[in-house]
Amino acid sequence: MNLPMPAAASLRERTQQLRQWLHGRGLNARTLVIAVPWLWLALFFLVPFIIVLKIAFSEAQIAMPPYRPLLEWGADQVLQLRLNLGNFLFLLQDDLYWQAYLNSLRVALVSTLACLALGYPMAYAIARAPGNWRLILLMMVMLPFWTSFLLRVYAWIGLLKNNGLINNALLWLGLIDEPLVMLQTDFAIYVGIVYSYLPFMILPLYATLEKLDLTLLEAAEDLGCRPWRAFMSITLPLSAPGVLAGCLLVFIPAAGEFLIPALLGAPDSLMIGRVLWTEFFNNRDWPVASAVAIALLLVLLLPIMLWQWAQRTQDR
Amino acid sequence: MSIQVTAAGAAARAPWNDPQARAYVSIEKVSKRFGDFVAVNDVSLKIYQGELFCLLGASGCGKTTLLRMLAGFEQPTSGRLFIDGVDVTDVPPYERPVNMMFQSYALFPHMTVEQNVAFGLKQDGLPRAEIAERVAEMLTMVRLESFARRKPHQLSGGQRQRVALARSLVKRPKLLLLDEPLGALDRKLREHTQFELVNLQERLGVTFVVVTHDQEEAMTLASRIGVMNQGEIVQVGSPKDIYEYPNSRFVAEFIGSVNTFEGRLVVDEPDHVRIDSPELGGIIHVDHGVSSAPDAAVVAAVRPEKILLTTEPVAQQDNQVSGVVKEIAYMGDVSVYLVKLDTGKMVRVTRPNIYRHDDDSVTWEQRVYLHWHASSPVVLVG
Repeated sequence: MNLPMPAAASLRERTQQLRQWLHGRGLNARTLVIAVPWLWLALFFLVPFIIVLKIAFSEAQIAMPPYRPLLEWGADQVLQLRLNLGNFLFLLQDDLYWQAYLNSLRVALVSTLACLALGYPMAYAIARAPGNWRLILLMMVMLPFWTSFLLRVYAWIGLLKNNGLINNALLWLGLIDEPLVMLQTDFAIYVGIVYSYLPFMILPLYATLEKLDLTLLEAAEDLGCRPWRAFMSITLPLSAPGVLAGCLLVFIPAAGEFLIPALLGAPDSLMIGRVLWTEFFNNRDWPVASAVAIALLLVLLLPIMLWQWAQRTQDR
Repeated sequence: MSIQVTAAGAAARAPWNDPQARAYVSIEKVSKRFGDFVAVNDVSLKIYQGELFCLLGASGCGKTTLLRMLAGFEQPTSGRLFIDGVDVTDVPPYERPVNMMFQSYALFPHMTVEQNVAFGLKQDGLPRAEIAERVAEMLTMVRLESFARRKPHQLSGGQRQRVALARSLVKRPKLLLLDEPLGALDRKLREHTQFELVNLQERLGVTFVVVTHDQEEAMTLASRIGVMNQGEIVQVGSPKDIYEYPNSRFVAEFIGSVNTFEGRLVVDEPDHVRIDSPELGGIIHVDHGVSSAPDAAVVAAVRPEKILLTTEPVAQQDNQVSGVVKEIAYMGDVSVYLVKLDTGKMVRVTRPNIYRHDDDSVTWEQRVYLHWHASSPVVLVG
């Protein structure tokens, strides 16, 4: 009865061999786990990005799809690669795009600062609130997410328009004699963006402020530091990662925001999100629209890389 | 130049025995309540200049709350606090002439060692050159000169402790509060640091108030110990006083280990008393008088190291019982024996291991005789 023995041994040997073979190629459980998010990113970020990049370098034509392929197998048996840089050059030449980009960045910057100014005290108050209150307050911050983004922005039209809630209330109180023009102004865009993205500022700020060791503040006070200075020299620097995360989470989507300027802003308000929309859907110029998107990505990549660099220095 | 008073000096002068001596820190009828919970209950305490005073107690006894009130982080519910004759009860922490070393060290993680130490001096707006000089001096003192540019997370536990110490001493406080200063260190390092701390305190002449739950730490460090229990100070005295003359069963049992025998005073003379203890199954003879009513219920406490253990009875009528060895724990320097008396009471005895080979060593289930000197028991009333 020694027959099954070698079989079992060989099976074990084989799995051992397989494992060694996989291991020799750097494949183990660890790499497999890491592979999943990489695969996800490759599939849903890299591939669409390459498609957009490809369109950005192609020529527009009235057809289906409305652009010419990059690679063409010509009748003269020549494989042609036609890289059209015209779309990008067009962006550089036309003032409209420059202004749209600058305007978007300005709106995004001002909104981000406004979110920070509003969000920091709120996050601070939540982080310092008694334990059972914190959850309720956080829920209140997140509650708007339960309603559609579109509906919430729409609701602001009702609030801001000339015979809207705010104007009527102010008129009734006798504070103003005629309605304030708020809708279709930059102010309305700011209100919309700050309102919509404030939770993205509060949550990372809360996360860092909540972690902050309060004995550090006691130590600062013990060493002769007044509460305000303790805040400036301890709390603020230690919450910098939260400030940065919150700012990026607000700035990046705000810079490319389309819906809020479209619904609340003036029809002629120049923001890159709207320009992109117009190029894509009204002009059906996919290549230029793609070039706009690529350029926007490049503009936004800068802050992301700054963030990563900051995080790396923090870790060190 | 004023004369610097050292801890050893303070202990030698024993200002607490001098009714004329002026207290440096004076805690007067201080209570602190958190809702229904009384953390500190009507504590009055005087601490003298140059002392190294230990507040000792189990966790939750109110010792840390008392320390935090001295630092100014907590407001007393009632009572007053004086430091150097000034009422500081309502003075905010940043204006008190007091610095604290935190249990967690509370080093600022975003600052280097140097910046941590300089922080307190910067708050006072001292000139840069002076700050740099004093920081360097402090870092030399705690032997961290070469670590000045490191961040706290790049240091070992012992180094962090020294940074915290340097930071709390750099402002030359009149009073330094230390919350479990050695709690986070491992045993070997702790022992070493204890002596360093005492040396430093003696050299600088700063008054230290140390909070600890570790009685060994308190014994090594303190010129005086205040034992706390449930928000009250139950005994104040030198380490020796606390150990040899505990004033209550709580203190006797909290500091070190002790055998307690309940009994009744049968003879109550000014120079000796005799206690009949059914628990012991014999008479305890004590060679000093106690102030208690005759026939009162008392507890005689005998420390394990003061009980001698022999295999043969000795010629001694009182203070001797016999029992059977139930447990032996070899600790290296001493061995601990748990002996079951004929009454069923377990008694703890320690014996130094003087010889490497103990030929007539005591073994399990062996009948042994326990006896002690008449000066050894402490008689506790209640």
